[in-house]
Amino acid sequence: MTEEQPFLRLSGVSKRFGGVQALDDIDWEVRRGEVHCLVGENGCGKSTLIKAVAGVHAPSAGSIEVEGRNVLPLDPGRARALGIQVIFQDLSLFPNLTVAENIGIEGALGGALRPVRRARMREVGREGLERLDFALDLDALVSDLPVAERQITAIARGLAARARLILMDEPTASLTRAEVGRLLGIVARLRQDGIAVVFVSHRLDEVVEIAERVTVLRDGRKVGTWPVAEVDQRRIATLMTGVEIEHEVVARDMSAAPVLLEVGGLSRRGEFADVSFGLRRGEVLGIVGLLGSGRTELALTLFGMTRAESGRIALEGQPLSLRSNRDAVRAGIAYVSEDRLSLGVVLPQSIEDNLIVALMQQLKNRFGLMPPARRRALAAEWVRRLAITIPGLDRPVQTLSGGNQQRIVLAKWLATGPKVLILDSPTVGVDIKNKQGIYEVVAELARQGMGVIVISDEVAEVFATCDRILHMRAGRIIGETVPGAVSEHEMEARIYA
Amino acid sequence: MADLSPSRDRARSDFRRSLVRLSGGHPGLTGLLAALVLIFALMVPNFLSAGTLNAFMYQLPLLGLLSLAMVVPLLTGGLNLAIIATANQSALLMVWIMRTLLSPEAGASTTLAVIALALAAGLVLCIAIGFLTGALVAYTGVHPILVTLGTKSLIDGISIYLTRGMALSGVPEIFSDAANATLLGVPAIFLLLVVVAVCVGVVLKHTPFGVACTMIGSNIDAVRYSAIDTRRVLVGVYTMSSVTCFFAALVMLATFNSASADYAQSYLLVTILAAVLGGVDPFGGFGTVTGLMIALAILQVISSGLNQFGVSTYLTVAIWGGTLILVVVAQSARGTLPPFLARLRR
Amino acid sequence: MPERAHAGLARLRRRPEIWLLLVILLVGGVFGVTARGFLTLPNVIDLLETYSVQAIIAMGLFVVLVSGGIDISFAATASVAQYCAALLASRVGLPVPLVIAAGLGVGVALGCLNALLIHYFRITSIIATIAMMSVSFSLLMYFSEGRSVYDLPDWWTSRVVFLRAELASGDIVRITLPIVLMAVVALVTWALMTRTSLGRQLYAMGGNPEAARRIGIGTGRLTFFAYGYLGLLAAVGGMVQAHRVGESVPNAMVGTELAILSAAVLGGASLTGGIGTVPGVLLGIVLLAILQNGLNLLGVSPYFFQIVIGITILVSTSITVLSSRRGRRLRQLGGAPAHG
Repeated sequence: MTEEQPFLRLSGVSKRFGGVQALDDIDWEVRRGEVHCLVGENGCGKSTLIKAVAGVHAPSAGSIEVEGRNVLPLDPGRARALGIQVIFQDLSLFPNLTVAENIGIEGALGGALRPVRRARMREVGREGLERLDFALDLDALVSDLPVAERQITAIARGLAARARLILMDEPTASLTRAEVGRLLGIVARLRQDGIAVVFVSHRLDEVVEIAERVTVLRDGRKVGTWPVAEVDQRRIATLMTGVEIEHEVVARDMSAAPVLLEVGGLSRRGEFADVSFGLRRGEVLGIVGLLGSGRTELALTLFGMTRAESGRIALEGQPLSLRSNRDAVRAGIAYVSEDRLSLGVVLPQSIEDNLIVALMQQLKNRFGLMPPARRRALAAEWVRRLAITIPGLDRPVQTLSGGNQQRIVLAKWLATGPKVLILDSPTVGVDIKNKQGIYEVVAELARQGMGVIVISDEVAEVFATCDRILHMRAGRIIGETVPGAVSEHEMEARIYA
Repeated sequence: MADLSPSRDRARSDFRRSLVRLSGGHPGLTGLLAALVLIFALMVPNFLSAGTLNAFMYQLPLLGLLSLAMVVPLLTGGLNLAIIATANQSALLMVWIMRTLLSPEAGASTTLAVIALALAAGLVLCIAIGFLTGALVAYTGVHPILVTLGTKSLIDGISIYLTRGMALSGVPEIFSDAANATLLGVPAIFLLLVVVAVCVGVVLKHTPFGVACTMIGSNIDAVRYSAIDTRRVLVGVYTMSSVTCFFAALVMLATFNSASADYAQSYLLVTILAAVLGGVDPFGGFGTVTGLMIALAILQVISSGLNQFGVSTYLTVAIWGGTLILVVVAQSARGTLPPFLARLRR
Repeated sequence: MPERAHAGLARLRRRPEIWLLLVILLVGGVFGVTARGFLTLPNVIDLLETYSVQAIIAMGLFVVLVSGGIDISFAATASVAQYCAALLASRVGLPVPLVIAAGLGVGVALGCLNALLIHYFRITSIIATIAMMSVSFSLLMYFSEGRSVYDLPDWWTSRVVFLRAELASGDIVRITLPIVLMAVVALVTWALMTRTSLGRQLYAMGGNPEAARRIGIGTGRLTFFAYGYLGLLAAVGGMVQAHRVGESVPNAMVGTELAILSAAVLGGASLTGGIGTVPGVLLGIVLLAILQNGLNLLGVSPYFFQIVIGITILVSTSITVLSSRRGRRLRQLGGAPAHG
């Protein structure tokens, strides 16, 4: 291969947001028609880098060249005209428009009174989908489509706009394995057409599977770029975090402890069926499975948010009839949602209010008021107990890092004194150091006799925290293992099989 | 500010903090209020007089109570367009009961009993309206603008249909005397406003219900996941708003001595202006009763001052609107003005 | 492909326009049987003319709603534009084109002022337009001192008849200027929103403003267009209203805000943006019109009408939201994960 000019070249690109250095002196190249993976921990600057290339954020310093020409200042329109298409994590589709209209929207831009012909839009839509070898109902509203099909629509939109470089931000985060396979096939097809693809992912197995080169970012800096053949998953993980993380398997045999929570034949139509298991006092039970396997739906039923159609739940031998999550909390069940930002914390409101929100009824005095001192003392105590780093109890939760936000959610529930704590993907968006801290909290709670359920699709996480692991697929529990009895790799293969 | 020594810096920020505390957490608004009082005092000869203060205390309660009724739903990210319709209907019901059941020669005890009955009926009506509105908002998930647009239309419609658009008079003298009494020179209706405002303020700030309201305004799903019955809170919010309308209805009876379906209709949008001027976030989640009260005082000072200038009430409303635009623009200009100017230059 | 046809039918069933049309046919049928003179050509033409002003302004409001905003100030805008034009015509005696241009110009300017506050100063549209409404209407009342302009020139007030026909019954029907203007405005708005780039961009912005910015749609330009267009149509509506009644009364239009908003929402325009059609909004107005007219002909008190509007809004919006929610739940269960 001759040393040809790269399609995209960034030199010395930096970006500051207020006091945060999001990108620091990045040099980066993407060649024509290559598949290039961009990896890094949350908050490492991946999204900012993509937005800089897409013209959404103007870099504070540095240059961006496309085929050797400086293209700064860049705006979204110009970036698209240069053939740079970004498929954002939220897909940036228009839910109120049809598939054809979404794909053909670029053709509908330009002069205000330029006529738009419906037939032409449909044609563009069909062509885009055909290039992906995919059939979708062109007249379906995007809001009616499942996530995987929305993604196809977004990619087809990029193709219809004559993309030469497609950047995909975490495209597989909400796809099943089969859908991921199909997406990887599409990426291969794009490469054949000479279109470069930058793939941002945190699933390293995918990275190794499709990329030619991989670039690692950490704390806003580029660690380096390597051909995939020269690095393996473990090496990439080390490069991402900067530390050798070696999780110890902590599994203990808890079969002698008394049963705390017992679930028998629990079913809810379309979500899960015939789920039975027991959770013992002081035990940490893992439930692994993909998104859509019924794991979160099961947790919501245990937390009283939805009602099972059949089956029973018993806590300490007492059967429970949960009509709402208030019943669950009263019984001693707490649930930390996987979607911290929209279901865990109330971002703009104060840390204090977020900490006490589940406990307000108990803070009332005989006049029905909550004395400010009592509120503050309770909040301050939990900040101390979970070692949460905060700028002040009055500050909004959104000023905290992901790890500290998650500790706020944990503290909120621990303050209610639960017997059973359900953690749904507890470390999503939490950096490595805080992850370890949260694992330690879980271990400590279990030592104190709490029963903990950890739901996750990260095998390393359940191996590091759980005593026993249940495997869920298509709404059913299909297997049970003990961490260490199989290798992480083997477990991963089972989940994604 | 690099040349400031740390201690001076701290002294300065301490000073600023105590100023902020002094102003009830709203330094900008309090400053504006002070400036307005000062300007009018300098320009209008008799502005700083007992007469002005008296007018102030008689005029503020109606708008103040209606604004309180608007603020509670606004905090949760909603809106109640039916507040004035509710207050009017409650006032109509009370007058109707009083004049139907009271003959001129009725004794004092009968009169008092009938008045009590009328008040109870007005209160019950408001509670019922609020409860239904809240249930519609909470259980159908229809946007509160639409729900309350519908209830406003419905309530107004019923009032107009039953009264044929006429005003009802016939408030017994005892009632109007009591309502227009003063305590140490302070009108009873102003005291009513103060009491209701303090109650609403305390409920919003220091009860589980109030904290739930502001949290719901920012993110209702997260609050629901925190084991709070958000539907019940929403029903409570609209009931509370409606009950505040009952007190507004009392003030209407005291002020107008009659009731009608179209009293105070022009206040509907002014209450939203007052709330936003007082720092209530129209998307919900933020706002205080203190801020609202300062904003109301600003509006009333403008109105009293201009009134003494002999300016028409129409111009006053225009200036109210202009004040709101200016305040909100000033708040957002810090962020947007520089790029806007840069764009103009380019 | 039967499956395709089935999907199409299902989609059709979810369109609020279809339901609205059914309700209108039902209500119209009932009135046709019970109210004498309801289903006669003169009555229908008369209704068209009566509601032309509302329909014209509703077209503008529809564009603003699609763009994701809301406007409460249009009735005030219409009044200001109408009154300014009336003054210029009767006191200054400007020539016809200048008067019309001035009226429309005032409308567009007020609309653009809204857009300025909303786009550059990031004031929520409902707050900005409520404030603008109080400012412009109060200033109008202040400067006009509430006095009407009665001496409008003849060219303004004289009836323009495009088509005149005598029926067998001896009734005379006339297609007049307001009806023609309403048709033209509806047609232009429809073409603009469905057949031009601008329309597509407005729908896109209303559906997902962030995504619209990301693909390079100039949201500022669109905001100015949407509010400016509403200002323009409000001015048209205001001048047509004066044409119909033969005078300019400063507060004649006030209070129509919520009625027009109700009609647009009844017709399926969403307050959250991106959804709605011209035929839907027109049907919304038709429904309110025939309800009022039919009840009137039945001898029901006009005071009763507002109760009917209230119930109609509550019932129709609740049904729309509840049925779409049920649809979503079913789709969730049938399809892949509900996240994203």
